[in-house]
Formats: sequence, structure tokens, C-alpha cells
Amino acid sequence: MISYPFDYVRPETVEEALEHLGGDTKILAGGHSLIPALKLRLSAPDKLVDIARIASLKKIKKDGDEIVIGGAATHREIMDSEIVQKHLPMLAKGASAVGDPMIRYKGTMGGSLAHADPSADWSAMVLAAGGEIVIQSKKGTRTVPATEFFTGFYSTALKDGDILIEIRFPVPEKGTTMTYQKFTQPASRFALVGCAAARLPDGSARVAFTGVADAPFRDKGVEEAVGDWSEAVLEAAASHAAEGQNINADHYASEVYRLHLAKVYCKRALFQLVIE
Amino acid sequence: MKIALKVNGKAQAHDVEPRTLLAHYLRDQLNLTGTHIGCDTSSCGSCTVHIDGMAVKSCSILAVQADGSEITTIEGLAKNGELHPVQQGFKECHGLQCGFCTTGMIMAAVDLLNQNPNPTEADIRHGLEGNFCRCTGYHNIVRSVQWAAKAMSESAN
Amino acid sequence: MSNKYIGKSVKRVEDKRFITGKGRYTDDIKLVGMTHASFVRSPYAHARVTSIDTDAALEMPGVVAIFTGDDIKETGIVGVPTGWQVNFKNGDTMKEPPHPLLIATGSTAKHIGDPVAVVIAETYAQAVDAAEAVEVEWDDLEAVTDPFKAAQEGAPLVHDDARGNLAFDWELGSPLDEVNAAIDASAHVTMLEFVNQRMIPNAIEPRSYIGHYDEASDKYTLYTSTQNPHLIRLLMCAFVLGLPEHKVRVLGPDVGGGFGSKIPHYTEEALVTWASQQIKRPIKWTETRSEAFMMDAHGRDHVSKAEMGFDGEGNIKALRIKTYVNLGAYLSTFGPAVPTYLHGTLLQGLYTTPKIHIDLCGVFTHTVAVDAYRGAGRPEATYLLERLMDLSALEMGRDPIELRRQNFIPAFDGVEQPGYQTQVALQYDSGDYHGVVDKAMKMLDYKKFRKMQQEAAQNGKLLGVGFSTYIEACGIAPSAVVGSLGARAGLYESAQVRVQPTGKVSVFSGSHSHGQGHETTFAQIVADKFGIPMEDVDIVHGDSDAVAFGMGTYGSRSLAVGGSAIMKSIDKVLEKGAKIAAHKLECAADDLEFAEGKWTVKGTDKSISFGDVALTAYVPHVYPQGLEPGLDFASFYDPTNFTYPFGCHIAVVEVDKETGKVKLQRFIAVDDVGNVINPMIVDGQIHGGLAQGIGQALLEGAIYDENGQLVNGSYMDYAMPRADDLPMFELDRQETPCPHNPLGVKGAGEAGTIGSTPAVVNAVIDALWSGGHKVRDITMPLTGERVWRAMKSNS
Repeated sequence: MISYPFDYVRPETVEEALEHLGGDTKILAGGHSLIPALKLRLSAPDKLVDIARIASLKKIKKDGDEIVIGGAATHREIMDSEIVQKHLPMLAKGASAVGDPMIRYKGTMGGSLAHADPSADWSAMVLAAGGEIVIQSKKGTRTVPATEFFTGFYSTALKDGDILIEIRFPVPEKGTTMTYQKFTQPASRFALVGCAAARLPDGSARVAFTGVADAPFRDKGVEEAVGDWSEAVLEAAASHAAEGQNINADHYASEVYRLHLAKVYCKRALFQLVIE
Repeated sequence: MKIALKVNGKAQAHDVEPRTLLAHYLRDQLNLTGTHIGCDTSSCGSCTVHIDGMAVKSCSILAVQADGSEITTIEGLAKNGELHPVQQGFKECHGLQCGFCTTGMIMAAVDLLNQNPNPTEADIRHGLEGNFCRCTGYHNIVRSVQWAAKAMSESAN
Repeated sequence: MSNKYIGKSVKRVEDKRFITGKGRYTDDIKLVGMTHASFVRSPYAHARVTSIDTDAALEMPGVVAIFTGDDIKETGIVGVPTGWQVNFKNGDTMKEPPHPLLIATGSTAKHIGDPVAVVIAETYAQAVDAAEAVEVEWDDLEAVTDPFKAAQEGAPLVHDDARGNLAFDWELGSPLDEVNAAIDASAHVTMLEFVNQRMIPNAIEPRSYIGHYDEASDKYTLYTSTQNPHLIRLLMCAFVLGLPEHKVRVLGPDVGGGFGSKIPHYTEEALVTWASQQIKRPIKWTETRSEAFMMDAHGRDHVSKAEMGFDGEGNIKALRIKTYVNLGAYLSTFGPAVPTYLHGTLLQGLYTTPKIHIDLCGVFTHTVAVDAYRGAGRPEATYLLERLMDLSALEMGRDPIELRRQNFIPAFDGVEQPGYQTQVALQYDSGDYHGVVDKAMKMLDYKKFRKMQQEAAQNGKLLGVGFSTYIEACGIAPSAVVGSLGARAGLYESAQVRVQPTGKVSVFSGSHSHGQGHETTFAQIVADKFGIPMEDVDIVHGDSDAVAFGMGTYGSRSLAVGGSAIMKSIDKVLEKGAKIAAHKLECAADDLEFAEGKWTVKGTDKSISFGDVALTAYVPHVYPQGLEPGLDFASFYDPTNFTYPFGCHIAVVEVDKETGKVKLQRFIAVDDVGNVINPMIVDGQIHGGLAQGIGQALLEGAIYDENGQLVNGSYMDYAMPRADDLPMFELDRQETPCPHNPLGVKGAGEAGTIGSTPAVVNAVIDALWSGGHKVRDITMPLTGERVWRAMKSNS
């Protein structure tokens, strides 16, 4: 297994990296999605721009009432971050559902979101945590809510010349609980179905799915149906999970079963929030 | 492209094609063939080495990405002729059969114990989820890691 | 003779090199001037090659040579053969269409990955780059991948001259009309139509070969990741390339697992050897995992209908089976033998079933060849029988273990009591089947489990227990027997024991270790038999120049057959040694006894050590008249029978009621593999076998779509057990010595795989019944969806 030849640059700043973009360029962060694809010759970029060592992209910090995770922060760094553990424990815990220990040392949240594998774990968690994606290009910086970031099968709001520089999350209000529940695809260990959910102090919910459809999504139908968070109401809410979605099918889960799993995992996530 | 790095304590500098995988570089350029390649999809873990103390899959990392780092491969794990306790544990507990996954498995297990010196059985099984073994059914691998954990905690006390 | 090592869990001699990264697998080897190969493969399962254009590829950097199917065709090389001939019931010869090294223009590729050309370049990257530049035009044709469909009229033909895609049909057992009558007369008949799915062996070391032709000596060397180097040499020289065998050396260095998939002689082995002679340089080819999925021989793949008839008391009266076996596109080395003589012959199981008949079709499809995969035929037989037993118990309202016990063949040792003659050709050597069940049931604590199961069911949880009692035929095999059954080779083993002048011992074995630990187990035997330290024994294997001959390692045969060959040579050494010792001690050889590394004159303290005798043999100054110098004996051992390990496996599972996801909670295995030389290694073999058997039940299975594309040809899609999929295994054993080989051993490599699969499936079915879901069967692997659907349709 060896990829097509390409050039490689390792800029030290985002600005410098932006200079390299254009043409058949690809951004390399952890490389754990990109490099296997290159080896299988599914993609043939002219140049890789390695952003993994750009210091500003590595930061995990609290910025006022937001938690900021740098675009090149690894799954492991997120898992180990005291700031994340304190304010967004779902992400710290959820990181351990991503890949395996070796992958977690190299793979990044930013890379995962940009790659937009429809079964990736982070996408649902970022949606449920109310994340926003900060994107920089030569034209400047823009912020896209996660709900508008995922646009379809392996596609996002990122355009040529963009770098995903950070992911921002509101610091949850006291009393907020979040959980990520996943039915693992037994081979890849991606999410066959993953449901991330948040319960906010005002009684509202954020419920997001990955693995279910072409792109991860927030499920407004469920969110609006959680009512008083009583068991019967939640069960009824979960029974409408993924309604209206175009459900994926593969040899591990047909459309029918995947939809069933979405409902089960939705229920489990919501129940978990009540316990916590 | 020129890279300079330290492998098993020894400085190395080479000119490599950017597409060269770290695993290929170690095996072909440095003749460190203890790092094995078992798959194409960063699934099997046979190629696990340590970069700056972290266990990573060298078949999914370009050699150029490792520029400037310190790498330990299975060949560099024993110190002064003394086997690492994890290596010893694998021998004591019959944690290997054909030996092919073993080198990556040991490198992953060393990292596991560095992170968690007293793992439960479940911790070990979860911690080795990135490594395939087709020979042992993992039973004796788990025991090997438990053996090493005990040996390491005893020598630390 | 001493008792220092045999029966002890001696730590493995071979471990040191593996744990320090100093193992030497084929891909680790570099030769001066070595080139690299990459294949151009068919993207279609069935397609005619209309043209091959190598012009652009030849211009690519570093390209040394490109060979296509047309080049091979010109040489007259036909292809690789199978090692076994199974003729049609009516006596017609088995259809054995050629398996070419590369597909020529005008011919058809017959499965995904079938190679058309090979590109040889200075570097691996250059070879891969240039292979992409070879332009092949294809005429895509209709494909068939399912053996049952392939055997139906109108199915696309894999080979023009194999009508109905049949390679052979075959039957075994009692006359069919008698079996039919017995089934008709049965009080209860359990019928099961099922699939034993196709498995992809997935040794973690991908196959790797280096062909090296040396012009100066006119000799060929092939380094190959194989389980049987001599067999590869024999097949390649005599049947493929027509090379002089004495000019060909085949080396099997460290090999990273085989599980059957490294038995066959593969086209790429012959190709790198042949091409090396063409370019006068060494050529290495190492497959990628993607290629391994496509190209390594797969296993199992049966579509069956089985019926088991019982009388009113629950005694089995008859068994009738119809099976369609997928052989793939070509007949692999053991391809025809696995479903017939390694499967049909095991359908007696542990039971006294008086009438058995199997009717089987060996079918070509547009898939890669199917050959031995750990257990090879015996897991399929065991699955069939043990699923039927648990299902029969459920249907008849009987306890599954009691039903088995009632039908067990009574214990026999094969010495005082004769072996057990089955209805399907074999004669079991020795067995005590109740014994293993007793032990396993005690470990389970059956009563307690049933109570727990009831309580769980009341709390809405689905717990289940599943049983499997199996027998297998190992240590293959008596050459005359297998020869009469169609084997084209003998299945003996060779071993040479060379006592060096200083008393150190080199053993040259035709068995091949690729994880089994021969360097330890064999050394334990030799050291004890000679009363010397293990460090004084070295085991040499995997080199056709060093070892006289060998049939290799598969079918759990290394110790039973290879070990017995070593024993024969040991006996010869001791016999000659006694003559030398007698001469030195001035007595008759009969007056001597050998123990603890020395010959002693009985009743005296006069003795001479093994080392002194060895030295005398090579420095024969004071020496028996007429006796040759030296102490070096080669032997061939041809077994008189198969060996028959057996055991009882029990699985405990929990099924997630909402998702169907199965969690294996416990796995108990009590196996009787005869005498045990190294318990640690035997347990390790069982563990590994269990993981693969459990993998088949819960996770694994190749999926070809209707166009013959391999849907799950990567680790991202083909699930195999990882550490957290399995519990700690609970093992025990019983030791019933094999009466017909000198070590009393039966073989342990496949037992775990053979017994475990049905136990897991039975446990899941039991769990579902505990929740009121009267499910008869679920097709493996038992994915969440399949279990969930089974529950839904039976609530």
C-alpha cells in the first residue's frame, strides 16, 4: 500500500498554511482518515499541508463563556484536558469511543469533523454540545454552527482554501447534562448508530445522531417532544427518532434495523440524562 | 524531503519521498523489521511504535510527519540487554504464538501501562482494542499485561 | 529417558526473537539486487480480457519487466493443480480446469483479483505506480457466487466444461433408501436448512514471497510464508514449472499465522520463481491486506439441508444431509478434500446414529478458491450435528445435555476395547465422551445457571447457555487411506535426529511452525528421551535443503505425525547408542538400561553417558565391529489411523433484548487431545481456536454481492474478534491417550474452532427461548440485526 506521490509542507502558522492551499491540496492533521484513503489511492492530492504542529491550533482553553478546542487538538488531548473534563465531560468521555488508543494520539476532532464520515462519533457530540465551527480562509474568519456545518455525505461547509481552526462550545449552564450512547459497528468500530443528547436546565434538549443518515443531524422532532422528561414521555419522544431522515443501510444494519437502533439509543441517551 | 529524527536513541537523517510511510521508513531504510505491516486501514496495530512516548500506528503516519521526533520501536524497548517487563510478561504467560502481531501488541501494552499502571481486565481489553491477534484469543495477552503490571508495580515499590 | 520436560509448561524457546522484534518473516528479508512485484488484477468477478497494453507502463520509472497472461501462455505453463481428486458418483473424473498464473487475452478472469499481469520494478512504489499504467480492456460477464444458485440450470458457467458448475458430486454413508426409510419411520424429525458461511482466514502476516534464481549455480530459491515448504516445492517443480527439484530450495522462514490459508500452493509463488529466472534477479512480492481479503483461500461456505430422525425415546435413528459446497473459481490444494473426507466422514459425531447419508455437490463459483480454514470440514460437520442436537432437544422438550448423553458412543480405550467403526468410513481410536461432559457441566454449575436464567428472564433479561460436544479427525493421515480417497500425495512426516559429536542434538523436522511452538515442544521430547538439557537440542524446520522432506503443518498433525517421526529417529539413535555403549561397557546391549542420559549395566553402577556414546560414534576408535560411525537417523512416519480429539464446549451469552446484540459472558472448554507435552502451549492453541470459532458465530463472514464484488474486503467491514469481544476462557482437559502413536497425542490446533461455533449459536437460541422467542435458527454471523429480527418474528 502506497499512495500516489505528493508534495508535503509543514507551515508554522495558519496564515502560512493558507498560502499553500489551492489546487489539489489537502490538509493533513492527524492523518488517520486521510492517509488510509491515500494509501488505497482513493484520493490523489498534489500537496499535503500538515497543520498538526501549528501551535495555535493545538490549544484547548476556556475563552469567556466558551470552551475552545483547537482544530488540531487530538482525541487524546481532549480526553485528558482538565478543562474539557470539567465543563464538557461528555466530550472527554466520548473521546474514548473514538478510534483506539493509538489513533487517539494522532487523530483530531477538527480532522474528523472536516472529513465528515457519516459514522464518526464526534459529529453527534459536537451537535449535541451546541458547538460552532470556526473556519479561516484568506478572506477572513467565519463561524458556522454545527447544525449548518454538515451538509451531506462526506460534505461540509468547508470550501477550498478553508482551514477549520477551532471548535467552540458554550460553557454549559449549571445543571446541564450530556451523554453519548453508541452501538458500535463491529468491524470499524465507528458508530453504527450514535446518539448524543443534552438536557439543559430549562428542560429543553439537544439530540443528535450519527451513523443514521448521510450526514449527522439534530433531531428537532425528538427535542420538542421531551416534555417533562418523564419516562413515558421520553419513550414516546424516542419512538419518533430520525423521523423523516433518509436512513442508511449496509450489511450491518438495514434501514429498518438502523431506524430501530436510532430509537433505542435515543431512549437510552434520554434515560441516561434523567439518571445523571 | 530531508528528515532528521531519533530512533531508539540514535540520530538518523535521511532524504525520503513524502509518501513514504513511517513503517516503510523504519523497515526499509533503517532495517528495523520488528515493526510489521498487517493491514491497509490502520486497523490491526502490528505497526505500533512510540513517537515521543506515545503509541501510534506507523502505517498511518508519513515519515515526514515524524521529522524531529523521538521514536522507539520494539528493537529499542529492552534497555541494556534487559527485557522490558511487558516483553517478559509475554514470554512468561505465553502471550504470543506466531509473533507477527506481538511487536505491535507489546508496544501498545507498554503505552497502556504507562497510562494506567493498575488496569483491570476490562481496561486491558479495551486498551488493546486497536490490535488484532489471530492466534491467542487474547486470553494470554491479557494475562501477560497483568503479569507486567504486577512486575512493574513491584519494582517501583 | 527422563521426566524433566514432557508434560510441563516449559516457556517457549522461540519467544525471545519475537518479543525483541528479531523474528524473520519473508517480508523482512532483503536480497542484493532484489526487485519488487505488483499485480494487475481483475476488477470484475467474471470478465473476458480483450486486450492488455503494457506500453505506457513499461515507460514508467524503475520498471524492470512486465509479464502478462499472454507471456505465460506462450511458455506452456498451465497453472497450479489441486492436491486431491474427488470423482463424480458415477465414476466420471473430477472437473479440474486449469488455474493459470495470469489470465491471457481471450480468457476470462473468474473472481475479483484474478491477476492479468505482473509488474516488476526497482522499488515497491514504482511497481505499484506502473501496475496502474497497464491498460486492460474487459468484457464484463454475468457472475454467480452462491453455490446453490450456481448449481441451478441457467447459472453463468465458471468453466465452460464444468456443466452445472459441478466439479464433482459425492456421497458417503449408508445406502440412501435405508436412510430414507429410517427417517420416514422416525417419531420425530428435526430439519434444518442452513448456511455455514464463508470465512476469511486473515493470518495477520500477509502472504509474502521472494523468488531468487541464481544464474551461476542454476539454482532457484523461494522464500515463502507457507505452512509446508516441501509440499510447495513438490507441487511447483513437478506440476507447475517443471523445474528440477534438486535445483530448487524452498524456505519457510518465520510465518505469521496460517490457519489453513498458507497451505495452498498459490500462483504468485510460482510466478515470482519463474519470473526471477526471466530477469535474473530476485523478486519480492508481499500482498496488501486488501489483496489478502481477495486472494487468500477462504474457508467453509456450505449451504445444507439436514434431517435427524429420532425414535419415541429420543434415540437418533438416522441422519440425512444434502450440501452444496462452494469451491470457488478454482480447485485449491486441499479444496476438494475439505468438504468430503474432512467433513462427510465426521458426521457420526459422538453418537451411535445407525444410518447416515450425505449427498454433496462441489460447485464452482466466481469467488476466490475455498480451502482449509482452521478445522477444515470438521467445524462444518460439528456445526451441523450440534445445532441439530440442541434444536432437537428444544423441539422434543428434552434437556440438550441428557439427549446427547443418551446417544453417546460408550467409552472405549482402543486397546482393551476396539476402536469404534462409524457409518461414515472412519474408525475412532479411543474416547470417553461422558468424561468431558461431566467436567464441563461441573464448571458451568448447570442447575445454578438455569436458576439464574429464570430470574434473568423475569427481570426482562435474556441469558442463554449453549452446548457442543464434538469429535474431529486429526493427524492426517495414513497415506494408503488418503491415497484411496483421492489424495495425490502421501501424508506422512519426516524427521532426522542428528546427534552431534559433542552430544548436542539437531532435529530436522518436516513439520513447520508458524505459531505452534515446535521449537519448544519437539525439544522437550528429544531432551527427555535422551536425558539431556533442552538447551542441547535445536529444532530445524522450514528449509527444504536442510530437512529431508516434509508434508508440513495443518490438520493438527505436527505432534501426532511429525512428533512420531521424531520418536522413530530417537528410537534408532538409542538402539545404535546401546550397541556402542555395550561395546564400551563390555556387555550385551540387552544388559543395558537407558535412563537420565546414560546407559547403565543393569544391577551395577557401570554406565556411560549419552555424550560419551555420541563422541565415540564420531571418534570410533574403540567401536563395535561392522557398525557404521555416526549417530544420525532419518525416519518417515506414516500413521496407521487418524487421531480423534473430542471435547465439550459450553457458551453462556446475554442477548440485548432491544437490539439483539450478543455478549459472550463465559466460555467453558473441556478438551481431550490425548497426552499433553506442553500444557501451556496446548491451552494457547485452544484459546486461539476458540476465538476463531466464536468469531464465526458472532462476527465474521465474507459477503460477495451479486456481481461478485467482495463487499467486506477490509478490516473496516470484516469484523474479527478484538480483545474486548471475548471473556477469559475457562479450560480443563481430559487425557485419553491415542493408542496408535508413540506419544499418545491427538492434536490440539483445531479443537477450539471446531467445538465453539455451535455452542455460541445454541446459547443465543437458548437465550431467545428463555424470553419466549421460539426461534429455530439464525444465520451466522449472529449480528445484532439478525438476532433482533429473529426475536421480532417469533414473539
